[in-house]
Amino acid sequence: MDEYAIRVEGLKKTYPSGTIAVKGISFCVKKGEIFGFLGPNGAGKTTTVRMLVGLAEITSGKVEICKYDVSKNRKHVQRLIGVVPDISNLYSELTCYQNLLFSAKMYGVKGSIARKNAEEILSFFGLERYRDMKFKALSKGLKRRLTIAAALVHNPRVLFLDEPTSGLDIISRRLLWDELIELNKRGITIFLTTHNIYEAFNISHRVAVINKGKIVVVGTPQELGRKFSVKEVIEIGFYPYNPEPRDLLRSIKGALDVRRSNGYLELIIDNEVDALEGVVSYAKHKGLGISLLRLKEADAEEVFLKIIGERIDR
Amino acid sequence: MIDELEKAMYIALKDLQEYYMKPGSISWGILFPFVFALAFMFRHGGLTTWLVPGMISLALFFGATSMSGMSIVFERRIGSFERLLLFPASYIGIALGKSLSSFFLGLVSAVPIFLLAYFILHVIPAHAILLVLAIILASFASSSFGVLLSFIIKEPEQVMVILNLVRFPMMFLSDVIIPVSLMPHYLLSIVLIQPLTYMTEAIRYASIGSCDIVSPLAAYVVSFLIGLAFLLLAAYAIKRSRT
Repeated sequence: MDEYAIRVEGLKKTYPSGTIAVKGISFCVKKGEIFGFLGPNGAGKTTTVRMLVGLAEITSGKVEICKYDVSKNRKHVQRLIGVVPDISNLYSELTCYQNLLFSAKMYGVKGSIARKNAEEILSFFGLERYRDMKFKALSKGLKRRLTIAAALVHNPRVLFLDEPTSGLDIISRRLLWDELIELNKRGITIFLTTHNIYEAFNISHRVAVINKGKIVVVGTPQELGRKFSVKEVIEIGFYPYNPEPRDLLRSIKGALDVRRSNGYLELIIDNEVDALEGVVSYAKHKGLGISLLRLKEADAEEVFLKIIGERIDR
Repeated sequence: MIDELEKAMYIALKDLQEYYMKPGSISWGILFPFVFALAFMFRHGGLTTWLVPGMISLALFFGATSMSGMSIVFERRIGSFERLLLFPASYIGIALGKSLSSFFLGLVSAVPIFLLAYFILHVIPAHAILLVLAIILASFASSSFGVLLSFIIKEPEQVMVILNLVRFPMMFLSDVIIPVSLMPHYLLSIVLIQPLTYMTEAIRYASIGSCDIVSPLAAYVVSFLIGLAFLLLAAYAIKRSRT
């Protein structure tokens, strides 16, 4: 049995203008996996997804979904997948239930099964009480959830999501992440396109990073965090006063840099044990008290920027 | 085949729910042809027998094209049209679905004129069954034409401007309200390449028993072929809309 839900080989997209949006990428997504597809705006994420789901012509290369070639079996592949675009684009005058029923019927789900699926998916997303409300009357978060529900009403094997939590508040976002994890536990393979590194790292089993049309790296969030780890930071507060940063830098073993930040000092280090011991010894030696000593976690954004080889001057 | 027809019907029913009450569909699809017919009625003291088929044809044409203009351009603008491309449906099935909703609105648009002409003015159709066929063919051709035309319009605000830019010259050059006999001879070739000419001629034959410029058979066959050609071209336009 093939263990892959998606296989991509040498996928390339050239627009008529001559712009090469995707430059011959290859990767696989295992069955039952949440696969994060991460990249900055304009990296080629959406173009790639559009080719995977049959919305854009493939210039060259091959895409197989559940062993079916997308170019040759578009309609068959579309029965096996659900697609959530980056906008909530259901039909505004139709109610939630009518929207789901329409999607089910268009996917070929008939009569009573279509109605049952629509009711079940409304229930899964906690949308029962909005059943007869028109789509246009829903809040942004509810619209998003109904759009995802509409992609699931035919029980697809693979779910593609393009920036699913874009524009949502933190509560709606967390709720949606939980729902996606639950769907995955039920056996649905999830292909998650996002530019949000926290989203990709929080819920994905593996992450591929794309930049300028090329896959830069593929791995688990842990592997990527280790491979591209940035230097850690210790936040320190001394009393009755903070010493000169230069003096602290000279005295602490493994300290790479010191900077002032909001009344505290930030110590950039490459070895946390040596540095913490050094800070305590330094304070004792200088007769200072320690009001704050906190190890800050590596910033996921820093990891991301390091992976794609770019930097932001703050 | 049955599966594709079913999906086309779902699309049509969805569009009717979504767009039949939109101002553009009502004002240009239903009110305009009706007011136009009324204006002619008052101007001449009644719709002439010759004018009735033209008014029905005009109502069908405006009703069907207005609906497809509204549904396709608006959906493409807000990204909803792409949903249809994600369903396991053929491009021709999608084009047919979009045409069908317009087809129904075309029929609805023609009803007031029909009632006005045949029940109040007592204009009795010469061939009732052929009239039904002619109306179906005209509405089919008009709706397919509207679907195809909608793919060249980018913004919803441009819909009626561009549709009317195309529809108004057709209205005057298709033997709808101005008889060909009153036109300069050099315009005849233009009249003969207008799809609306054949739809009107088919309705005219069924209504009053004669055509003005083409044979009845040509009117019916060409109306059908025009509808089919526009439908196939619309399916191709939908396929091409994938970037």
